[in-house]
Amino acid sequence: MAFYELANPHRFMTLARCLTPACAVAAVVLLAVGFVLGFRAPADYQQGETVRIMYIHVPAAWLGLGIYTLMAISALGTLVWRHPLADVAAKAAAPIGAGFTLICLLTGALWGRPMWGAYWVWDARLTSMLVLFLLYLGILALWRAIEEPGQAGRAVAILTLVGFINVPIVKFSVDWWNTLHQPASVFRIDGPTIHPAILAPLLVTTLGFAALFVALHLAAMRNEILRRRVRTLRLLAAAEAR
Amino acid sequence: MELGQHAGFIVAAYVAALIVLALLVVWVIVDHRMQRQAIAKLEAQGITRRSARPGVEDVG
Repeated sequence: MAFYELANPHRFMTLARCLTPACAVAAVVLLAVGFVLGFRAPADYQQGETVRIMYIHVPAAWLGLGIYTLMAISALGTLVWRHPLADVAAKAAAPIGAGFTLICLLTGALWGRPMWGAYWVWDARLTSMLVLFLLYLGILALWRAIEEPGQAGRAVAILTLVGFINVPIVKFSVDWWNTLHQPASVFRIDGPTIHPAILAPLLVTTLGFAALFVALHLAAMRNEILRRRVRTLRLLAAAEAR
Repeated sequence: MELGQHAGFIVAAYVAALIVLALLVVWVIVDHRMQRQAIAKLEAQGITRRSARPGVEDVG
């Protein structure tokens, strides 16, 4: 099915209704396998058992960044290509992205306390991740502040694209500044520095969380299309009442 | 299994993630029900959309 064919909300709804349960099942299976593998893997030689927090913290961080990137692409779809589902995709993704970013911040704090002796430090990686969370909240607030969906979509698209500057800052913060947070240990030019016994469960839980995101996103997009249908019907009712 | 002296932090991290994810799942389900109910209420008042005409499958 070509990308432009999904511009038809009716066709998208049919596809989403089939894909959502499949992705949800895949998420449950992958997360179950990933966590079993993760808790059977050996403890880290330095961090001990607290390395188990990585199986949720790292996928949540990647998804927080990835979902924002998806929203930035959707913003281009809204402003440049005027794809009818672009702002629906962006609006549906924002609360889920905020949720994963919040998980990253909470689990990071709970990992930081036993390892660094502090729940929070104003380190470049932590601070830029907090800025990402605040961007998500700002985008959610802007969606609620403007009633007309098309107008709100364009305003949010501009804010999303401006805020995208923070995504490479989060990624490279550990290279550009002297941070307490460790540097990248998976996506590196010279390959991952994590032992395969710990890396494998991490990749499986990442796939599981990604499948969960797709399921939630498709369901939230369907809800948003329904919400716009409700709005149209209410406008029709108001017009007929005159 | 033994989670060592930092078990509380590990368990708290998993519980926090579970709560946030559960809230997202509940939000999606409740929102879907609310929108479907709103559409049903409007359609009961005779306000219909094009896809609700006879012969067109409802995919919502």
